[in-house]
Amino acid sequence: MSIAEAINEPLVRVEDLHTYYGKSHILHGVSLHVGPGEVVGLLGRNGVGKSTTLKTIMGLVQPRQGRVLLGGNVITGLAPHKLARLGIGYVPEDRRIFRLLTVMENLRTGLDRRGVTEDRKRALLDKVFSFFPVLAERRNQAGGTLSGGEQQMLAIARAMMLEPKIILLDEPTEGLMPRMVSQIGQIIDALHREGVAILLVEQNVPLTLQASQRVYILEKGAVRHHCAASEIDVGDAVIKQYLGV
Amino acid sequence: MDAMVGFLQAIPLDQLMIQTVNGVVTGMILALVASGLTLIFGILDVVNFAHGELFMLGAYVGVIVITATGSFYLALVTSTLVIALLGAALQIVTLRPLIGRHPLNTILATFGTSLVLQNYALWQFGPVSRKISEPITAHFDLFYLEYPWYRLLIAGLSAAIIGSFWLFLKFSTFGVWIRATSQDRVMAQAMGIPVPWVYTGVFAIGAGMAAASGVLFAPLVGVDHAMGLDWVLKAFIVVVVGGMGNLGGSIAAAIFISLLESYASIWVGPSLAVIVSFVVLILTLLFRPTGLFVATPK
Repeated sequence: MSIAEAINEPLVRVEDLHTYYGKSHILHGVSLHVGPGEVVGLLGRNGVGKSTTLKTIMGLVQPRQGRVLLGGNVITGLAPHKLARLGIGYVPEDRRIFRLLTVMENLRTGLDRRGVTEDRKRALLDKVFSFFPVLAERRNQAGGTLSGGEQQMLAIARAMMLEPKIILLDEPTEGLMPRMVSQIGQIIDALHREGVAILLVEQNVPLTLQASQRVYILEKGAVRHHCAASEIDVGDAVIKQYLGV
Repeated sequence: MDAMVGFLQAIPLDQLMIQTVNGVVTGMILALVASGLTLIFGILDVVNFAHGELFMLGAYVGVIVITATGSFYLALVTSTLVIALLGAALQIVTLRPLIGRHPLNTILATFGTSLVLQNYALWQFGPVSRKISEPITAHFDLFYLEYPWYRLLIAGLSAAIIGSFWLFLKFSTFGVWIRATSQDRVMAQAMGIPVPWVYTGVFAIGAGMAAASGVLFAPLVGVDHAMGLDWVLKAFIVVVVGGMGNLGGSIAAAIFISLLESYASIWVGPSLAVIVSFVVLILTLLFRPTGLFVATPK
């Protein structure tokens, strides 16, 4: 750990996570950290434990060993709804829109919290609707009737309703058209400018390297490589070794 | 063909009308009991065998309040609130610790609760049936019958309670939480919805609705410790026929089954007419196990 890191406790610190699904050992001691307002990419082939890492941070799966800290406080074992209120937003892989709820109701699941004034709610809604004008148009439409790209926007907008310090973003470009993919890139940049930290799990390497400040590369449930995003390139040997087909 | 015409002519039209009104009235009460049951199943995944006892205790609280104050409507409101609180307490004590366990555990827990509540009522109130008098005693003429207005009031009040619950589900924050939880409880948690409290709230609402139907129905049958048994059995049939966890389906099924029983009792007498419900149940389970009133079975 460098001196700078020791002084500035990261926003999220993950220490030596071991997570199991039943008997299968998925995470073999994952450690990583995300600074305040930092975009960090998590790369790796399918099934190396990227999504499981996010789920473990969110409290959706309990690690058998290791711990997660938020702003220096241990949060392992807390219920997911408490973590959400503490400022962790989660955008899962399959988006998991509440399909029978309208767009507005989907947003209300995160917006209707104690201590949020009506003015604040309006300001938050205005902000996401300026980010995603299409959601404003469809606010009374059921979530399940939106297109894939629109559902992805809704999933991100819904997480933004929590005013999170960090968003765990799981494969946001999966299954989207190329035009939507570049739009997701812009959204990540915009969130970054707003000061929201992002832990980004992606298969799209160019997008991840472009959007992130740092990247971790996972293989077989452990971090194998860690560097600044500017230090590596799509064609590098390390990318080929851990991500190539 | 002649036999068919003869059969149709033999149907007494006046009795048919009367039985339609009767069927709708009992159907609405049944819908009120069954919506709580189906809601609890749909959201908590709990088959609440104690539902009939909440109905029965609701009626007893009604008896106590009426005896003390003389007001039927005050009794209705008080009983709903008291039993909702009891429901919340029961859920926290007996069901919350079982979240994530095998469903058999919750079945045993609610069945045990039902026995405890039933025997508590027997011990506390004795085996003699109590009577609640109807808040309105006026009648109107329906063919050769003097039909009590109170029965229509029951149907109206039940519909009003179900209607306001629907509005609550549709527009309130807690309603959005309930619907979000029923669709995807993991994502609901990740959005900061306190799912354990949603469970408690839903159980409390279901219990309150059972209590309200208990008070509404008490003037027709009298109140005793076993009055819940018949109702919960019928409500279970309704919940299965309507599609487990499907609120609209349960309401439709409640009215459908009550109407069928009413019509059947023109010919075979009320005690045999109950068989109709079971026939519908068996046919549903055989041919449409996801429920009669589900648009597209998955």
